[in-house]
Amino acid sequence: MPAPDQSVLARRDEIAAALRAIVPGEGVITAEHELRPYESDGLTAYRQPPMLVVLPETTAQVSRVLAWCQANGVKVVPRGSGTSLSGGALPLADAVLLGMGKFKRVIEVNYEDRFAVVQPGVTNLAVTQAVEARGFYYAPDPSSQIACSIGGNVAENSGGVHCLKYGLTTNNVLGVELVLMDGEVVRLGGTHLDPAGLDLLGVVVGSEGLLGVVTEVTVRILPRPETARAVLLGFPDPELAGACVAQVIAEGIIPAGMEMMDKPAIHAAEAFVKVGYPLDVGALLIVEVDGPSAECDHLIEEVARIANENGAVTARVSRDEPERLAFWAGRKAAFPAVGRISPDYYCMDGTIPRRRLPEVLQRMEELSQSYGLGVANVFHAGDGNLHPLILYDANVPGELHKAEEFGNDILRLCVEVGGVLTGEHGVGVEKRDLMPAMFAEADLRQQQRVKCAFDPDLLLNPGKVFPTLHRCAELGRMHVHHGEVRFPELPRF
Amino acid sequence: MLTPRDRHDLAEIIGAAAGKGETLELAGGGSKTAIGASREATRVSLAALAGVVDYDPAELVLTVRPATPLAEVQQLVAGQGQMLAFEPWDHAPLLGADAHATIGGVVAAGVAGSRRVTAGSARDHLLGFTAISGRGESFVAGAKVVKNVTGYDLPKLMAGSWGRLGAMVELTLKVLPRPRTELTLALDGLSPAAAHAAMARALGSNAEVSAAAHLQSGLTLFRLAGFEPSVVARARHLPAILADHGNLRPLDAEESAPAWHQAMTAAGLSGPVLWRVHLQPAKMPHMLAGWAGEWACDWGGGLVWLATDVQDDAVRQRAAELGGEATLIRAGDDIRARVPTFQPRTPGVMALESRVRRAFDPAGVFETARFQD
Repeated sequence: MPAPDQSVLARRDEIAAALRAIVPGEGVITAEHELRPYESDGLTAYRQPPMLVVLPETTAQVSRVLAWCQANGVKVVPRGSGTSLSGGALPLADAVLLGMGKFKRVIEVNYEDRFAVVQPGVTNLAVTQAVEARGFYYAPDPSSQIACSIGGNVAENSGGVHCLKYGLTTNNVLGVELVLMDGEVVRLGGTHLDPAGLDLLGVVVGSEGLLGVVTEVTVRILPRPETARAVLLGFPDPELAGACVAQVIAEGIIPAGMEMMDKPAIHAAEAFVKVGYPLDVGALLIVEVDGPSAECDHLIEEVARIANENGAVTARVSRDEPERLAFWAGRKAAFPAVGRISPDYYCMDGTIPRRRLPEVLQRMEELSQSYGLGVANVFHAGDGNLHPLILYDANVPGELHKAEEFGNDILRLCVEVGGVLTGEHGVGVEKRDLMPAMFAEADLRQQQRVKCAFDPDLLLNPGKVFPTLHRCAELGRMHVHHGEVRFPELPRF
Repeated sequence: MLTPRDRHDLAEIIGAAAGKGETLELAGGGSKTAIGASREATRVSLAALAGVVDYDPAELVLTVRPATPLAEVQQLVAGQGQMLAFEPWDHAPLLGADAHATIGGVVAAGVAGSRRVTAGSARDHLLGFTAISGRGESFVAGAKVVKNVTGYDLPKLMAGSWGRLGAMVELTLKVLPRPRTELTLALDGLSPAAAHAAMARALGSNAEVSAAAHLQSGLTLFRLAGFEPSVVARARHLPAILADHGNLRPLDAEESAPAWHQAMTAAGLSGPVLWRVHLQPAKMPHMLAGWAGEWACDWGGGLVWLATDVQDDAVRQRAAELGGEATLIRAGDDIRARVPTFQPRTPGVMALESRVRRAFDPAGVFETARFQD
């Protein structure tokens, strides 16, 4: 991270006083022991207490806080529930941490036109809970959904196990109220589809808190499918499981979820939750279909047939809801299960073209041997999103560093085979320095120019996403040979 | 008209125009040229940038060059049992253009059809692109896999930007399986308010209606799509769900195809001026109250086509009162010179859009005054 600005740190008391004038009462936190809970997010390897924390309760307060910080050259790090797995909400020593946890209201639910207006601190699961009595739900379901906030989901464009069929956050958000770093409040989108003008909402979703602070979100809600069924399939090796996945999709089936686990992950999960996973297979596939029961019955049969054609050695169809949930219990507990067999683990998040899976697993195995660290794989098989879990022991000197290097090698490998650095966890601090593996300098500069259009002083969540922060003036340079430049009144990013 | 042979020519043309303060209008097939005010920019035809780069049906990913005809792309993916789920369509017949839509054109204009209400728009299916910015620089954004959050989601920004940020030279799209069976069920004789209620009920039910439309004749359409056993089961279930709204009857293809076509494309609506209104579906009946001209609705009521011979922008004011917005699709030169194509946004949003456009196009190469905003 950039070195803290000592002149800002020297003004800490003055900054606290100014923010207390905007957010009175206990809304500004400065005591060291009270800052501790904010020192990291879901990526706990990185820790840094913030300069201070401010917890506004209204859009007007957010606007005034940001405007004051901009006018006084103070950096701001926004934070939802702090569950980011990429360090998106990691504080800076010389920045204000802007916590949105007090924005907890569901403002409106419209069942007729199928949307809900919520404040950003409402948890993902709470949106579903607010509408489920009427048979609706909110589709994106990141595994942290019990804790993670909708505002954070918007920042990270969160996914979940069902996103091949139902999309990521970006496909399920209709509008936001957004406060820019200069305090201006804008509304992007609303309650209708495809608004006029540039799709600024589209670029705000997934911008990792670098473009503005979201103070209200309008999400689409969907009718809950009539039923869901799952089938548990065992294969001798991941290659055959991958071929099965490809054929399922080639035959026109988009399952609600399609998860793969490799042998180490299967064994860890089974030892932890004992749901009856077969232990003599090289890969396990959970395929879930949802919809009308006639459709589920038909598709489960089709999937079982395709699995059989691709060499599945076990196939178990869920007979009832408890059994379906049991199939998932192992997969959902895969991370803590791995936590039981290793003192620490490091979760990666690349996406690859699915056809390259066998090769990627093979090379990952080679890397595992050369680093001397184990790895277990869980895989959102339908969309190619791979979650290798690297096993290490932080108490062994150098192992954390080795695990990070191993992880970086895996992500470079994902890019090399035509994939990406992150499928759903975000770049944050964690993958920032790997961005040049995927993007050329011209690509990164173009992205940063968009940042400059929203936040020209680069005060909002600096140090995340981009490996090098270019000043906006530098990015705006244009080589004009001769002739006039049009729009001389406008800043050029 | 400039006709670059390849992306290198194109980059040179754009870079040179930027240096000289000239403006360029990017054109794919030219099917939507009649939208917007007349302009004096030099047209740049992307026609040479055509063809499929890569198509891997099992990965659900298609990479194409922008001037590939839409019909060709749709035929290619249909051959593999797949589709562009956002159901893009060709504006040429509507605008009387002697041209055809291209894949780059429908993505740049954010065109989506009846399935938009459940499957998303062009923005939801553009995974990545390579483009030449207004600086004449080639850059890449997004990726060629279906799930990716690496860096800003510039594909969202590029879809629907009408060629004002850069010239796409390669697009990667998500493709999806084509439904094996489709069936249309319909209610007759509904008022707009009753039709909205019925469409809301159907779209909010677990019968998984993939599209819903309402026509001036009172016909209200519901599309069921998927595997046959599922469509059959839902076709039995939907009449019960809509029991309070009337008697559903199945429509044969001869009756359903033109009805959907009208809802999606405004085909057959007479009137020299054609508006396209996007609004919250419940506001649709209010939009239509007292409307004297011809009309059609799609997207469960979220899209209203209004045809008229009235040459002012009263429609736009009414749409704004209802929280929606009106786009001027077809009109004579004089009204297009006076009335901007798109509903104006708030000054703050307009200013932000302008800064974002300058981020891609600092010299205003693509500012042709076509949209007057």
